[in-house]
Order: sequence, then structure tokens, then C-alpha cells
Amino acid sequence: MTANKMAQTDTNTPSVVDRTRPVAAGAPVVAAHFLGRTAAFVLGEEAVLLVSDKSDETRVAVHSGGIMSATSDGERIVTGGDDGKVVSTGPDGQHTTIATDAKHRWIDQVAVGPDGAVAWSAGKTAYVQSGKGEPRSLEVASTVGGLAFAPKGLRLAVAHYNGVSLWFPNAQAAPEVLDWKGSHHHVAFSPDGKFLVTAMQEPMLHGWRVVDAKHMRMSGYSARVRSFAWTAGGKWLATSGSEQLVLWPFQSKDGPMGKQPQMFAAFAVRLAVVACHPKQDVVAAGYADGTILLVRIDDGAEVLGKKPGTGPVTALAWNATGTMLAWGTEDGEAGVIDLG
Amino acid sequence: MSDKASDVAQSEKIPVTVLTGYLGAGKTTLLNRILSEPHGKKYAVIVNEFGEIGIDNELVVGADEEVFEMNNGCICCTVRGDLIRIIEGLMRRKGKFDAIIVETTGLADPAPVAQTFFVDENVGKKARLDAVVTVADAKWLKDRLKDAPEAKNQIAFADVILLNKTDLVTEAELREIEARIRGINPYAKLHRTQRSQIALDQVLGRNAFDLDRILDIEPEFLHTGDHDHGHDHHHDHGDHHHHHGGLKHYHDEDMQSFSIKTDKPLNPDKFFPWIQDLVAKDGPSILRCKGILNFKDDPDRFVFQGVHMILDGDHQRPWKDGEHRDSKLVFIGRDLPEDRIRKGFETVIA
Repeated sequence: MTANKMAQTDTNTPSVVDRTRPVAAGAPVVAAHFLGRTAAFVLGEEAVLLVSDKSDETRVAVHSGGIMSATSDGERIVTGGDDGKVVSTGPDGQHTTIATDAKHRWIDQVAVGPDGAVAWSAGKTAYVQSGKGEPRSLEVASTVGGLAFAPKGLRLAVAHYNGVSLWFPNAQAAPEVLDWKGSHHHVAFSPDGKFLVTAMQEPMLHGWRVVDAKHMRMSGYSARVRSFAWTAGGKWLATSGSEQLVLWPFQSKDGPMGKQPQMFAAFAVRLAVVACHPKQDVVAAGYADGTILLVRIDDGAEVLGKKPGTGPVTALAWNATGTMLAWGTEDGEAGVIDLG
Repeated sequence: MSDKASDVAQSEKIPVTVLTGYLGAGKTTLLNRILSEPHGKKYAVIVNEFGEIGIDNELVVGADEEVFEMNNGCICCTVRGDLIRIIEGLMRRKGKFDAIIVETTGLADPAPVAQTFFVDENVGKKARLDAVVTVADAKWLKDRLKDAPEAKNQIAFADVILLNKTDLVTEAELREIEARIRGINPYAKLHRTQRSQIALDQVLGRNAFDLDRILDIEPEFLHTGDHDHGHDHHHDHGDHHHHHGGLKHYHDEDMQSFSIKTDKPLNPDKFFPWIQDLVAKDGPSILRCKGILNFKDDPDRFVFQGVHMILDGDHQRPWKDGEHRDSKLVFIGRDLPEDRIRKGFETVIA
């Protein structure tokens, strides 16, 4: 394995490490998002830590236990907890409970969609709340592994065992099922809504072209893919799960079908988290040893964002303009890199 | 087989005890006992029937026992999808508990639970399987072994068996049911209990899946000392049992175990392809296997264990001066091709 191979970047790699504002998270960071210029670090238990661009830190207790899932639409963070609650938190720390599961089951997944719609799941049931009124629910055959709204219209992808259900919560029709054998976790639409991709229990991704449910298999990883994201404009799908940054081409109408991925930033340890720059073809890559590299896709140029630490990188997020990068690790290290 | 040097130290991982047993055998009683005794430890508990636990415990999680096939439907690569999700979730609260107990339903097959810890890398990094503990009903087990394949699986798979409700049967009946259990699994620690009363260190912290603890794989009943029996084999396959100086030895019709032993060193270049091919082909019938191996020109003992098609093994420690260098392998399974396995093993001797 990798025991005798030191994980290190070339000493000539340019660095932006000295532009980092350290953040005292003090607990495992499970997700990071930007609410305007405020960085929000979701911690493993109870709290969201809000850090303004002046480095003012506000710790807000939003759950009474572990935080299972988190997402953001850029204006608020939505979290699901093992206390059965779905909570929305704004950049000022104001938070409201969107829903409480009647049986206090874990809220495993959350997603935010167009026009303020929020989705969450507990066990086999997915819920959507849009506008006022009662949430609508959909029961699938197994525990929900992931949720994602389509970029347009109110349509929710619900990942589960043996496929994904595409559900129009406002329609009476039964959901359309995109099937593929196996257990599907994290799910996401491409920015144009034409493709749907899931991370599977096996070390591979599965994709469908939404219009005709044509399959795309993306494999060759050394571990389960726990993080993937589309680059600006949806040209590439950047993925973790290997000892390098693997990018699948999504420029053509067939997506990556029959094409080879591009690979950059080969490393001795595994890539754990990716976050794509909102404007340029640049990917922030967080590794299992705590290293963060910024990789330019055009030429593979690398910039060091963080030196290795004690734990794997678990959270990475760009702000909307791509001038700041927030990061966090399993061991409670965190920071914001100012690139503007 | 895994490379131990790169693994997180076993001791840092959260131990997971799996409680199995047919309906009504006394699992929940044992669980309540574990949670209520003043041991100063905190357990996170994964249960299937909510509300049966009589103890306040904030870390009780309901599970759905979702068995997922991986790798396009390979039956041996089944895992508990809900466990993967729950253990990852519990790790958010690391430090709030010392160990995890998984209670399965009475009809559960323990294999997918065990395989989850070997197949899912993230789970395997944070948690380790400590032991499979099976609670069996002394009065009804005999019937269940006839009509419920799940009950037989649970006995075959166990590291520790509590033969419970012994107050409801006679000593003769107890000996009979113990012999039936031994006919399926002679390697588990067997305890007689009433109302699931047992010293907790007999069920928790067993390290039964720790490669470093695969020291002694002799059948348990040979050295418990409470039975004496001479070895005069009169195989009497008419009724599937024979007498060893008073102690009945049953041969279960479809679940067996056997061991192989040799003083001759093994050739590793032949052994590994053989065992890998064996579990690839016969994995569905091999529930568990383990072994201590003596390779030619190798100063170290090699240990391995397997669950169906999944193998895990490593060099354990140097053979000691004067230590008897031999190889022992144990297989427990359903309709095992014993002759073929024995013949195959002959070919890997150096």
C-alpha cells in the first residue's frame, strides 16, 4: 500500500498557504459553505460555525446531536440532524426549524432547490417542502442514499438501492425510475440538467442521460467516491476516490460515454474532497493526509492551498465569486484562504 | 489480504458486537443486561425493534436491516447498507460511546453484518468487528435447527454462544442440544445461561476477529475439560450421531466444520492462489474459515480468516524458539466439499 511512499508535493509548487485565515473549529468539520462572504463550517455535532470575512466567529447550536447532512443555496445552510430536525441557518446565525420528524428519526439527507424548496429524508421516505403548506412525501423501497433537485422545475432525484427515482412532487404521476443494480449514495444533476450521476457503494460512479436513461459507467477508482462536482459550466465532472484528481468530460451530448477521463495531481494518498471554482476551470482537491491543492484543468498546474495535517480534508467550498476557499478537516482544523 | 502497516491501530477502532439469535431466545434480555450493569461504559445500540430496550440510552438507533448486494449481485458480497450509514453517522459523535452493539432480527443472516466491516473501507477504518454472539433457546433450538436455516446460520457463525433458558430443560436435554451445537460449530465459546445472565467480559471485548488473537483454533470442547471422552469412532451415519465414550457427537446434515493440520511447511506461492480460488468458487458454502500457517523459509507465523469470499490475513509474529511449527486451518460451512478441500490443501505443501 502506501506506507513507505511519502505524500508530498513538489517543493517548487507555488503556494497560497500564507493567505489562510485559520479558524478554530475545534471539532470535526463535515461540510463548508459560503453565505455571501461568510464562511459556514458545519461541525459533526450540534453546531454551525459562521466566520465573517473579518474573521468574526459565531458558533450557533442548531441540533441537539450529530449533524448528518448539510447543504446550501448560498443564502442559508440547511442541516439534518440525528435529533430528527431539519434546520435552516442564515449568515447572521438566525436559525429556524423547517421540520421535525415525528419519530425523531435521523435526517440522513437534505437538498435545496429552486424557489426555496427544501427536501430531506428519514429512512425510506423523502420529503419536499415548497412554499407554504404541508410537505409532500415519497416512500422508496430502501433507505434514501442521496437527494438532488433538478436545476429547473420542481423535480427531485431520490437515490436508493438499485437506482434513482425522479419525482415531481406536485404531480400525481408515479416517479420515473432510473435503474442500475447496487446501492446508490450521493446524487447530482449536471448544471444543464441533462445528466444525473450517483456515487455507488462500489468504487464507481453511475450516470444516466436523463432524456433517454442511457447508462454511463465511470469506474477505475481505488475507493468509494465520496465527493464529486461539476466544473464551471458543467464541462467536467471532478471526482474523488482515487490517488489523483479524475475528471470526466461532459462537453458533448453523450457525456463521458466511450471517453477516457483526464487525470491530474497524482498523489501518494487518496483524494477525499473536491470543490470546483465557480467561474474558472480550477478544482480544489483535498487529500486524505490533509493536503489541499488547487488544480488548473487547462494545463494541470498546481498551487498548494494547505500543507498536510493530522486528518483528512472533509470539507471544501468556494464563495460565489471564487475569491475565497473554505476548508475543514476531520480533526477539527479549518481555515479560509483569501485569493481575491 | 490487507497490509497491516497502513491500517489504523486496531485498538483505536470502535469495537462492534453483533447479537444474533432466533426469535424469543433472549437477545433483548441480554442487551438490557449489558446496558444496565454498572460497567461505566457507554454503548451505542443499533436495534431493529424499537421500544424493546428498557433502558434510557440516547444512542439507540433504529435499523432497517437492509442487505445490499455489491458487484452486480454476487451473493457473497452482501453488506448491510443501513449499518454503513448508521456507523458513519455514529462516528459524528465519536467520544460519546465506547462500543457499538448491533442487535439483529431473529431471522437475520450474520454474514452480511460481518462482511460490512471487511468490504466497506470507511466502516472498516473506524470500527472493528469484535464478535458474533448468538443467544440460543435451550428448549426450542433443536426444533429450530430442523425448520429454520437462519437459526443454524447463527450457530455456525457464532464466536460466543449463550445456551439460554437452561432452567427449562433437563441436564440430559442440555447435553443433547450442546452436542448438536458442537456438531455445527465446535469452535465457539459455549455458555449455559438463565435469563441471559453472563459475565459481560464473556460476550464483550472478545477480539474474535482480530488476526492477532487467532492463536488457538482447536475445537473448544477439547479443552473445556468438562467432558471426558475416548476417541473410539463408530461412525453410525444412520442417525447422524456417534458416541465418544458417553458424549454424543452429532453430524449435522448440511452444516459442517472440519480442520486440517500439517507439520509440513506450506509453499506460499501455491497456498495463496489455492485459497483465493477456493473461496472464489466455494465462498457461498464457506461461512467462516481461519488458519495459522507455517510457510517454508518464513520466520513468521501467518494468520488468516475469511467470511464467505472475503479473506483477510497477515504475518502475525515470529515463530518462537522451540515452538511447534505447524499449520492449522478450520472451515465452517454448508455442504462443504471436504474431500476436495483436503486434496487441494495437499498440493500446497512445500
